Formats: sequence, C-alpha cells, structure tokens
Amino acid sequence: MISWLEKIGHRAIEVLKKVGEASLLFSQALRWTFMPPVYFKNIIQQMEVIGVQSIPVVLITSLSTGLVLALQSYTGFKRFHAENLVGTVVALSLTRELGPVLTGLIVAGRAGAAMAAELGTMRVTEQIDALSTLAVNPVKYLIIPRLFAGLIMLPILTVFADMIGIVGGYFISVQYLQANPVIYIRRTTEFLEANDIFGGLLKACVFGILISVVCSYKGFNTEGGAVGVGKATTGAVVISMILILVSDYFLTMLLFKQ
Amino acid sequence: MIEVVDIHKSFNSHHVLSGVNLTIEKGESMVVLGGSGTGKSVLLKIIMGLLKPDQGTILIDGTEIIHLREEKLNEIRKKFGMLFQGAALFDSLSVWENVGFGLMEHTSLSKAEIRNRVTEKLAMVGLKNIEDKMPSELSGGMKKRVGLARAIAMNPEIILYDEPTTGLDPIMADVINELIIKLKHEIHATSVAITHDMTSAFKIGDRLALLYQGVIHRIGTPEEFKHSEDPVVRQFVTGSSVGPITAG
Ligand SMILES: Nc1ncnc2c1ncn2[C@@H]1O[C@H](COP(=O)(O)OP(=O)(O)OP(=O)(O)O)[C@@H](O)[C@H]1O
Ligand SMILES: [Mg+2]
Repeated sequence: MISWLEKIGHRAIEVLKKVGEASLLFSQALRWTFMPPVYFKNIIQQMEVIGVQSIPVVLITSLSTGLVLALQSYTGFKRFHAENLVGTVVALSLTRELGPVLTGLIVAGRAGAAMAAELGTMRVTEQIDALSTLAVNPVKYLIIPRLFAGLIMLPILTVFADMIGIVGGYFISVQYLQANPVIYIRRTTEFLEANDIFGGLLKACVFGILISVVCSYKGFNTEGGAVGVGKATTGAVVISMILILVSDYFLTMLLFKQ
Repeated sequence: MIEVVDIHKSFNSHHVLSGVNLTIEKGESMVVLGGSGTGKSVLLKIIMGLLKPDQGTILIDGTEIIHLREEKLNEIRKKFGMLFQGAALFDSLSVWENVGFGLMEHTSLSKAEIRNRVTEKLAMVGLKNIEDKMPSELSGGMKKRVGLARAIAMNPEIILYDEPTTGLDPIMADVINELIIKLKHEIHATSVAITHDMTSAFKIGDRLALLYQGVIHRIGTPEEFKHSEDPVVRQFVTGSSVGPITAG
C-alpha cells in the first residue's frame, strides 16, 4: 500500500518536473525570441515543413468531415423537419471545433512526430552540442523557428480546413440532397459570427504552440540512441494530442460559453 | 590557457571523473590518453561548457566558464574549435555549409569568400570536390575530416580534438598529425587531443596526460612516457593486456 502510494508520488513528481522543464524551455525561448540574431531562414523552412506540407492531409480530412457532417445532420434533422439548418450546423461545427481540432491532431501526428524525431536524432548524434561549440544558441536556432512556424501555420491551415469543409457540406447538400443553394448559403452565413471564426483560429494558435513546445522539448531532451528517438517521438505525439483535446475543452468553455 | 580544476562528474551513480586537475599552457599541445569509457570525451565536453560538472571549475584564459550566461559563454566559444568523436556533422546541411557554418553565422564574409575558405580548409584535411555532397554520402573517415575542417574553419585559438585519427588509414592519419602540428606552429593554437593512437600521441603532444580511474594518473612529455616505470603508463604505451588496467 505504502509502496503503491510512493510510486504514484514519484510519478507525479516526475510529471511536474517535466512540465517545469518544458515551461522553462518555453520561457527561455520567449526571452530569446526578440534578441538578435533571428533565424528567418529557419522560420520559413519550418513553415514549409509544418504548414505547406500538411495542406494535402488537412484538406482531405476536412473535406471528408464536411461531407459526412452534412450527410449525417441532414438525415438526423430530417426526422424533425429541420433540414434547412444543415448549413448552419456544418459551418458552426467546423469553424468552432472540428477545423482547429482536426488540424491540430493531424499536424501533431505528421509534423510533430517529424519534429521530435529530427531534434532527437540531432541530440543523440551530438549535432545540438556541435551547434553550441559553433557559438550558436540551439534553442534560438532550432526551437524558436518551430514555435513561430506552429503559431503562424496552424491558423492558416485551419482557415483552409474550415473553407474546404464548408464547401464539401454545400456540395453534398446541393448536389446530392437537393437543398436550395440560395437558402443553404443564407443559412450558412446568417448564423455564423466573426467570434466563431476567430475563436476557432485562436484555438489553432494555442494548438500550434502546444505542438511545437511539446515536440521540441521531447526531441531536445532525447536520451539513449535510436530507441530513445523512437520513445521521444511517440511520447511527443501522444502528449500533444492529449493536450490539444484537454485544452480544447477549456478553450471552448472560455470562448463560446455565453 | 586552459585550467581544469578538481572536476567531478557522475552519471546517475556512475562516478566518471573524480577530481581531474590539468593545466594546458597557451600554445601547448596536450594529449589525453586513457582507456575506453574512462571519461575523456566527457572531460572535453566539460572544458567546452557542453556538460556541467558536479564539482570543480574550468578557467579559459582566467575566466571561469562554469556559471557563465549563454551569451558570454558564446563569446568565449568563438575562440574554440571542436572535433567530435562522431564528427557530429549537421546532416541537413551540405559539406560546405557545415564547414562554413561558423563563418556564415559570425562573420560578414560573402558566400563566395566563405566557399573559398571552405575549399581551402577541406584541402588542408586532404579532401577536394566534395563541397556539395551531403554528410550521408561520405565515408566515416571523410566525415571525421570534414568535422576537423569545420573545427578549424574560424582559425580558433583553442582546438579540442576527440580522436582525430580514429577511423583513418595510416597515411591519412599522418596527414592529420602533420596538420595538427602545423596549426600549432602557424596559428599558435592551444590544443587538447584525445587519442588511442600512440604514434599520433607521441608525434603531436608536447605533453601527455593519462586519465585513469577518474583522475589524471600521470602527466609528462612523450620522452618521459616512453621511459616511464609506472606500470599503468607502461601498459598503456606498450598496449599490453597484462597489467594493472584490466578489461571491463
Ligand atoms: N550523457 C551521458 N549519460 C550517461 N552516461 C554517460 C553520458 N556520457 C558519458 N557517459 C558515461 O561516461 C563514461 C565515460 O564516457 P566517455 O564518452 O567520456 O568515454 P571515453 O573515455 O571518451 O571513451 P572512448 O575512448 O571509448 O571514447 C562512460 O561510462 C559512459 O557510459
Ligand atoms: Mg570518447
């Protein structure tokens, strides 16, 4: 019984220590962000890796989500003759919730894993130490560009996701379920407020920072060769995804409660 | 001048260094010898400020570097060049970007000037026409030499070599020995070299230091080492499996 409690205690301390270390890394990154030199080239490169290369998967996912959402809500709403609300439901669900969350999860799985694996490999092959010996601050050179790229690209990807999802919903409703296009579009825009869109994008910003911080931290502190890199990568993806889902709940409470 | 004062370092419960003292004079070439796993690479990383010791301190030209802030430490690091045991080339950058990395970051030289300097440094380590290759396309010995070219690209005052000749054929190893001697004479570089290669050690070292059981067991000139009566030194120099140093 005692040893059982002890184990939980140890585990809790470990977790708290990690959270502390990650926050420290984050605050260091913030402190150094505006001190020259700024590695613009690395920021652009990471925007490409995190953002541009994620566009196809994000588009496919949100398109199919838009299609299914329209189909499902149509058949559901038909039971109480509310088919004309499909456009509203699709638009609201995507902008407030599914757009940012799906984008976050996809980027965590795709770019976050790559980020942790790349930094982890650099750690175990002493490339991060080599940066230090060349008098370049590794946090500035490697982590800050990833933070910026996450912060900038996640909302942009989310805009794409929202749009293509809504277009998908429209397509299914108008082409396949014979909804009236004019009414559909009116229903979509009528109830959609700027707050819905910006709230969703704010979520995306938070997710972008979460992914970059967690995956950079995991990669940066990798230990123990190839096995270590594997562990860091898996850990990075799982933790980012959980944090996205948890923070989504609280952000939703804060942003959309009224 | 590099002063290593009473350095202790352990990993978990494994005590690797237990009170290392070593002074390397300006312009001197120090060779550190020692069995595999005795902590030579760890010592080099502590000198460079990459690892924090548990106890003790490092002075570079009189400045203590252990508690220095990152920005100050980086100023001192610009005087250094370091060759890693595993070369540690940036695998996302080409050979010339690797070698020219420091020049790119810390000087205002143009790209063309940097490429020229890179070609020159690569020639010094016996490599040509590989500027645009990626590290993954190179052999182990080539990587090592590119790492060496990167370490000397900024004409550092202090050079740390972790096994500069390991993995090279005997002729290329001698080219590197000659290069290390030349750097010492031409730019009066202070250097610390780790090696298992006794030919190389006797050739490049002004003094040799033997790391054994966590401390500097013996320090002396190559001549003193050759004629030493100390059983540990004798065993190391003659490369015998019989003696106080036991396997494992
Ligand atoms: N980051 C680390 N974490 C845990 N243990 C480490 C770490 N770095 C080194 N060690 C341990 O410290 C000891 C000394 O390692 P070091 O790399 O300095 O050996 P070395 O003298 O350079 O050996 P070799 O001649 O084989 O290169 C080894 O037992 C190693 O396991
Ligand atoms: Mg070593």
